[in-house]
Amino acid sequence: MTETFRVSAPGPYTTVQDRGRFGYVHMGVPVSGALDDFAYAAANLLVGNAEDRPTLEITFTGPELDVLSDADIALAGAEMDVAVNGRPVRTWRSVRVKQGDRIAVGQAGSGCRGYLAVTGGIAVPDVMGSASTYVSGRIGGIDGRPLQVGDILERGPGALLENPRYMPWFPLYGPDIHVRAIPGPQDEYFRESMDLFFSYAYTVTDKANRMGYRLDGPAVSRDPGAPKSIISEPSMHGNVQVPPDGKPIILMKEQTIGGYAKIATVITPDLFKVAQARPGDCIYFHPVTLDEAHGIYADWRQCEADIRHFFTPERGG
Amino acid sequence: MTGKAFSHPRIRISGDRSFLVEYGEAIDETVNEKVRTITELLRKAAPDGIELILPAYRSIGIVYDPLKTSYNEISGILSRLEAQMGEAVIPEPRTVDIPVCYGGEFGPDIEFVATHNGLSAHDVVRIHTANPYRIYTIGFAPGFFYLGGLDPRLHTPRMETPRTLVAAGSVGIAETQTGAYPLDSPGGWRIIGRTPLKLFDAARKEPFLYQAGDSIRFKAISPEEYTRMAEGGQK
Repeated sequence: MTETFRVSAPGPYTTVQDRGRFGYVHMGVPVSGALDDFAYAAANLLVGNAEDRPTLEITFTGPELDVLSDADIALAGAEMDVAVNGRPVRTWRSVRVKQGDRIAVGQAGSGCRGYLAVTGGIAVPDVMGSASTYVSGRIGGIDGRPLQVGDILERGPGALLENPRYMPWFPLYGPDIHVRAIPGPQDEYFRESMDLFFSYAYTVTDKANRMGYRLDGPAVSRDPGAPKSIISEPSMHGNVQVPPDGKPIILMKEQTIGGYAKIATVITPDLFKVAQARPGDCIYFHPVTLDEAHGIYADWRQCEADIRHFFTPERGG
Repeated sequence: MTGKAFSHPRIRISGDRSFLVEYGEAIDETVNEKVRTITELLRKAAPDGIELILPAYRSIGIVYDPLKTSYNEISGILSRLEAQMGEAVIPEPRTVDIPVCYGGEFGPDIEFVATHNGLSAHDVVRIHTANPYRIYTIGFAPGFFYLGGLDPRLHTPRMETPRTLVAAGSVGIAETQTGAYPLDSPGGWRIIGRTPLKLFDAARKEPFLYQAGDSIRFKAISPEEYTRMAEGGQK
């Protein structure tokens, strides 16, 4: 392990995240992990890592890092102003940094979360099978908390790149976000509101975090006679739950169980769009069937495989 | 089977990668035991592609990779397991003792709970420790158990203004429920005592002391025992 960065400014909420912690969800420990799986994996591939190494998940802006040893870095996800020693560098490509450099990550122009990968991955102790920070459980990452001034970040073993890497294609994030969702699990509670839910724009409020995104818009009411709450059941990433005030909440990665009925569930390939949504952005839900969703899922996985293939050194023989 | 269990489980689609299987309509021990049994059997029989198995009060959440398995394959397995339930051998649920120092600085609300119910603090301890409580499910926070069977003589409303900090290990009552806080957190439960055990310790080989389907038995201990156990636990 090599000391690689000293945190000179942490940013408002920067945490170490990997793919997630899968072994203990039934014990109340949520999966956690990078909210935007796609940008997270891309950042790793861009610096030559396996796609599931720990990265920094940066929310909106920051951090500033002093470089303690040479490494390749890449920032993927939200379009953030990144500068090395004051000189702007581009996102979605690898950048060589040298001992004594200062990396400054500025505000996101679009999108909400950036992923900063480094050669070898951020090295932190494994906690219950993952490096991911789960702040309310105070585990993972750096002492179970967001970065602080003075933290020293180490990286794992890994060779520097022979050639810079860039992403051949990447998503653009805008203020109008279209996501596909499968009705259910409690769609029969909302028969009369289903059309409304799938027709109007819902605005992301500032109550949007790794646990869930509270939306504002036309209230979704339960059908007359439908129960207000349900017997608590497992919560899934993408579930759109409807509390009694009718304002939907999209559940993200830090919740394991809940007692509000859910009108619909955002499909996996569209969850990264939610992760990149900012307060004030509009979310439009579009209904799909389970079969349609599985077709989209297969295509999405193929797209991920193509990108992985693009970065495999053997490509082109 | 009681009338609260479904004769056929009800499936609810919960997105492109998960679904819920419901075994009954209510918070009911028979239904919850079925959830526990199927969960144990499915953990052994799970095909490649099942990523999470999440038992709750009356349902199991299943997360799967649709490229490796299918909803149809899994529901076929579930029906087969249900048919085998009668002769299946699964581990007996355990009863886990949780020592609690009641009242005093560890249980600042015990007098409120007593007065609210026309009891003495001693009665509260006696009733609270009288019977084990089934863990119906675990969630909300690491190791946070939802217990059944609080004696109606102890039912007490939540605090009107929740505390900003409740110490880890605190044992409390909220309406018809009793439970414990595994971590320091804000909370509005009426706190009647505290356990010196670490209910969740990520650094321990087994981070948790129990699982869903087990029972919790609270045992009253003295402040001296509390101190001794708390110090012992830190070694």
